[in-house]
Amino acid sequence: MTGTQAELSVSLWRGAQDGRYETYVVPQRQSQTVLDVVTFVQRHIDPTLSYRFACRVGVCGSCAMTVNGRPRWTCRTHVAKVAAGGRIEIGPLQNLPVIKDLATDMQAFFAKWQEAKGVFAPSQTRQDPIAQIRPDTRARAAADAAIECINCGVCYAACDTVRWNPNYLGPAALTRAWTLVNDERDAGNAARLQAVAANGGCHACHSHQSCQELCPQTLNPTASIASLKRRTAAAYLKGEITP
Amino acid sequence: MNVRLYLWQRITAAIMAPLVFVHIAVIFYVTRQGMTAADILSRTHGSVAWASFYGIFVAAAAIHASIGVRNVLSEWSPLSERHAGQLAIAFGLLLAALGFHAIVALVLT
Repeated sequence: MTGTQAELSVSLWRGAQDGRYETYVVPQRQSQTVLDVVTFVQRHIDPTLSYRFACRVGVCGSCAMTVNGRPRWTCRTHVAKVAAGGRIEIGPLQNLPVIKDLATDMQAFFAKWQEAKGVFAPSQTRQDPIAQIRPDTRARAAADAAIECINCGVCYAACDTVRWNPNYLGPAALTRAWTLVNDERDAGNAARLQAVAANGGCHACHSHQSCQELCPQTLNPTASIASLKRRTAAAYLKGEITP
Repeated sequence: MNVRLYLWQRITAAIMAPLVFVHIAVIFYVTRQGMTAADILSRTHGSVAWASFYGIFVAAAAIHASIGVRNVLSEWSPLSERHAGQLAIAFGLLLAALGFHAIVALVLT
């Protein structure tokens, strides 16, 4: 792709939950990302456009939006990959209330992290010596496999079960819980296993695997959730937790 | 869905898997032998083995299906989890009643 002559037809969600798509014409450029397109509209066409971003390089996870029906990081999505026929549709993340335009209210998403006990519960104090963690244990490998989650919400927006069951904790919160279950420094597993085994917990997952297909970090939340199902089932059979 | 319902559904599925194979094998056997209803009833009448086989099958199916129906209702209908659970229990009881009625007819007639 060369030059700046080509144009893109960009449909952007405008308004809150009851909004609608509006179409803008944006010049197509080399190595242009979807976030560049949104930024162009705000800076050159309509400064009232609301959206969220920070790092622009795939580190912060704040620029996730729905691009042509799929949740993606807009900063890491090249227009050339998704703009079939020079058209793109960009909307807010699904499964979350829309605040305005492309910005969603992620409060429920983060509240579910807390609900799933996705918070490190220290077993030692800062006066204790630093724990020596062997990287080659099975538990540490399981913790490491999912530790790169940056809370972008793509898996939550992609999940059918979240759409159908508002109480479902969602792939990100459960993946975080599984990471902590395998962290030998953590002391919160009794409450955590209890939390993720309740209604709306890991057993509500249908294993559709949209989360692992669309995770920009190429994590596999479905596998983490399946492991949580097994671990909580064993804990229930041993009488360690009650549903 | 919680861990208790999950385990009940998985355990009943594990119980039903071999029973389904036997059930289908029996269907094939009966049809290939050209057996009539009277032939079948003469073999099942008073049989503790067939009563046990289908008794376990019916109980497992009623539990398994009602948990599935509860999930479908709670996810795809406007019913609350409590009401979905109540309807699912009623559905499970209906399945069990129909199944055990058929077993009684098969073994005691």
